[in-house]
Amino acid sequence: MSKDELNIKDNTSLFKEERYVQQRENKKQFEAPCSEQETAEALAYSKSAEYMEKNFNRQNVVINPHKACQPLGSVMAALGFEKTLPFVHGSQGCNAYFRSHLSRHFKEPTPSVSTSMTEDAAVFGGMNNLIDGLENSVALYKPEMVAICTTCMAEVIGDDLNSFIGNARIKGVISEEYPVAYCNTPSFVGSHITGYDAMIKGILSYLYTRSGIESKPGSGAESGEKLNVMLGFEPYTGNFAELRKILAAFDTKYTILGDHSGNYDSPATGEYEYYYGGTKLEDVPQAANALGTLSLQKYTLKKTQEYISGTWNQQISALSTPLGIKGTDKLLEAISELTGLPIPASLTEERGRVVDALMDSHPYLHGKRVALVGDPDLLIGLIGFCLETGMEPVHIVCSNGDVDYNELKFKDEAEALLAASPYGSEATVHVGKDLWHMRSLLLNDTVDLAIGSSHLKFAAKDADVPLIRVGFPIFDRHHMHRYPIIGYQGTLNLLSLIVNTILQQLDDNNSGFNFELVR
Amino acid sequence: MGLNIEDNKKLIEEVLEAYPKKAKKDREKHFQVATDNAIDCGTCAVKSNIKSRPGVMTPRGCAYAGSKGVVWGPIKDMVHISHGPVGCGQYSWGSRRNFANGTLGIDNFTAMQITSDFQETDIVFGGDKKLAVIMREITEMFPLAKGISVQSECPVGLIGDDIEAVSKKMSKELDMPIVPVRCEGFRGVSQSLGHHIANDAIRDFVMGRAELAETGPYDVNIIGDYNIGGDAWASRILLEEMGLRVIAQWSGDGSLNELEVAHKAKLNLIHCHRSMNYMVDHMEKAYGIPWLEYNFFGPTKTYESLRAIAALFDTTIQENCEKMIAKYKPVMDAIINKYRPRLENKTVMLMIGGLRSRHTIGAYEDLGMDIVASGYEFAHKDDYEKMLPMLEEGTIIMDDPTAYELEELTRKMNIDLVGSGVKEKYVYHKMGVPFRQMHSWDYSGPYHGFDGFKVFAKDMDMTVNSPVWDLVTRKEKMEPEEASI
Repeated sequence: MSKDELNIKDNTSLFKEERYVQQRENKKQFEAPCSEQETAEALAYSKSAEYMEKNFNRQNVVINPHKACQPLGSVMAALGFEKTLPFVHGSQGCNAYFRSHLSRHFKEPTPSVSTSMTEDAAVFGGMNNLIDGLENSVALYKPEMVAICTTCMAEVIGDDLNSFIGNARIKGVISEEYPVAYCNTPSFVGSHITGYDAMIKGILSYLYTRSGIESKPGSGAESGEKLNVMLGFEPYTGNFAELRKILAAFDTKYTILGDHSGNYDSPATGEYEYYYGGTKLEDVPQAANALGTLSLQKYTLKKTQEYISGTWNQQISALSTPLGIKGTDKLLEAISELTGLPIPASLTEERGRVVDALMDSHPYLHGKRVALVGDPDLLIGLIGFCLETGMEPVHIVCSNGDVDYNELKFKDEAEALLAASPYGSEATVHVGKDLWHMRSLLLNDTVDLAIGSSHLKFAAKDADVPLIRVGFPIFDRHHMHRYPIIGYQGTLNLLSLIVNTILQQLDDNNSGFNFELVR
Repeated sequence: MGLNIEDNKKLIEEVLEAYPKKAKKDREKHFQVATDNAIDCGTCAVKSNIKSRPGVMTPRGCAYAGSKGVVWGPIKDMVHISHGPVGCGQYSWGSRRNFANGTLGIDNFTAMQITSDFQETDIVFGGDKKLAVIMREITEMFPLAKGISVQSECPVGLIGDDIEAVSKKMSKELDMPIVPVRCEGFRGVSQSLGHHIANDAIRDFVMGRAELAETGPYDVNIIGDYNIGGDAWASRILLEEMGLRVIAQWSGDGSLNELEVAHKAKLNLIHCHRSMNYMVDHMEKAYGIPWLEYNFFGPTKTYESLRAIAALFDTTIQENCEKMIAKYKPVMDAIINKYRPRLENKTVMLMIGGLRSRHTIGAYEDLGMDIVASGYEFAHKDDYEKMLPMLEEGTIIMDDPTAYELEELTRKMNIDLVGSGVKEKYVYHKMGVPFRQMHSWDYSGPYHGFDGFKVFAKDMDMTVNSPVWDLVTRKEKMEPEEASI
């Protein structure tokens, strides 16, 4: 046996072999493909200004949108609470998709059940499915709370979760005391971030109301000193760790409301446990007595913030994802203001080190034209980071950017941020647009770098622009979510990612004489 | 625990104890332990293709996943509209790894998410008008698209939109095939009905609509190969080397024209019988095309299948077949000689879609591995009946097993390798049990044919024998120490 024959080639190289190239050519006679000329012309046309105009004029078809649906966010939100089982009321395929999608991003299991509604439930309603589902899931997976969200099917037929859960109690499937939180999350409204918000609000209001506690902000020796913190639809488990580090440096007590980092960063110990970490259920009503609440995704957490400031009567400090030096400064100032504690020297020192790193790298970043894609709060953070390094945001696409916070619209805030810097003068913010729009933008007005999720890789490749993977979902790179991108440390991580991509590009595109040793 | 009938029956009983009465009674019907008697007569008592219990973490998906995700999605030169809210199309976007040649967004639309992105107003007023505009816009955005399919999501069926009427009208206006597919997720009990609905739509809207310039005696179709990681290419190359002419490949790397000319073939070769048996049955009745189920996983089954295929043709093909087997056998033997000693007697548990739990058994056996439990997500009775004779006495057969059942069985049966999907994968990583995603080849492949078996053998060895599993600190090893403190 020759060595060559035992050489095992997989799809990365196998199909480049001549015999497969021939196969590909031969198959075309049955495909009735367009001619090479037609394809080349269509490709060129798709890159033209004329095409771009048509692309931006389309009214109804959506091509490669950068958003998922509400209940996916709700599942992630439910996993932020201790021993809580996400429970999806509707057709079971949705649940299978949420579990796959989240698992592909985090490379971790996503425990979640469905009521498996079929045709009969479409006609008669899904109450029996919900009651049986509660009985089975509580027996099998022994959660301490079930958190129910709906799919579009349950919403279209108008299933009433509150009365169904009540009937489950009457039937004795679950006890009167057993906690079942819920929210309505039709997929034809909002996106994954609104669904996240709906479930967080659902859980907070449910646990608070049933506790009988009356909120007294800042009261109580123990609980009153605490700060509440919400990270929102957070695809980075590393961001939770970074925030804990910052809060520990402040030496403040705090409760993270919705902490899925345990579930999405659990150890391999030889036993699977279903539930890892999460906000303790008994901490939720106590959180109503905290001094104030810090939100790190103000657009995402709109309704939860309204609930906390309204019902809990608490001071809210609502930011967007704290990226970059100034973003982190704002975060520390907000913590300081809410708690009355000074900014710790250790963090100021860390700031200095990261500023030093930015100085070292700035020549490679300055003037780099960047395209950005993501959820609204992430984009606000990214825009800020780019501007403070001398990078120039050019194209900004936010498929789910049609949200406001306290009458501040995402688009307006993004544009104001850009207008305040000379590096933002070329930027355009596209709300409600998709990645096919972004493709036209990249092809017609080129940039040096694209920053966004794995879904942006297709448009970036067509435009031959390197992609820095940031956001959700990241399917095609490993462990990115384990490294924080918030705080000073996160800023350093993001900086390293970007500057080293640029340096790699310099090496890849060298002309021989400038394949340099020192950069 | 291994292949002892009584032990395994008891084991199943123990596992099912955790269920409430009603669910337990249902779940009992979905298990069987293979006995000699059952294996000989091929009667499978396992209940299948019936509803999953609510609240049990079923691995199953929905009809939309079966139609858009599996059957229609890989037809590369058509645009498939995920008609309804944004989610379904988003989650099925490029995640099944069915490779296709062509330029994405120009003459290949497979790894794209094209959706009507329903909003509340569409639910209230209906999405019909919008759908017609979307179709026009698709022809503007994608001038080389050969056709359009409408993949209905749940709300479309519930609000009663007439996608058939819109498709018919627009098909005339745009002068291209437009196929309405009623694959709403709530229909049926799993992906399986979606396959059926998708097949019916192919039958009704595209089958027999084009002719081949010339036909020949060796014209065959590959049916039910989705080209995961390039599987269909690694299969096709063998059929062509044998002298057959593959005129259509369904649906991995498939094209509209191949769907339309397939009725001219002399023989249908079907790999995934579960998802496309409806098609070969129809083509047999309507066009008199005989069909043969084949299996290109592992050399033993591949030789068997190649010979069975050749037997339906003349001596030229038969001689070519033997020549080809003689050519590849030494390579396959060398692969087995290399990997079998590392994998001999390792126990395997499989829980895959509707075919591979059966079709991959031979490939594992070629490597000396023992299947001790095997089940499907969405198979039907005939799939179980075909699987039964391939199993050893004492093997556990399970239908639509829940996450809980799989985990308990893995714990109690001392499994060396679990083969299932991404929802299961990371659970077994926590448990320290070697795992391969057998829906998607875990981002590897191909696994079909001779080129594919090399990759399969290498991947199984890599997985089972990776030193990383030894790094997992198992609790049972920890506890005595803790107790002694």
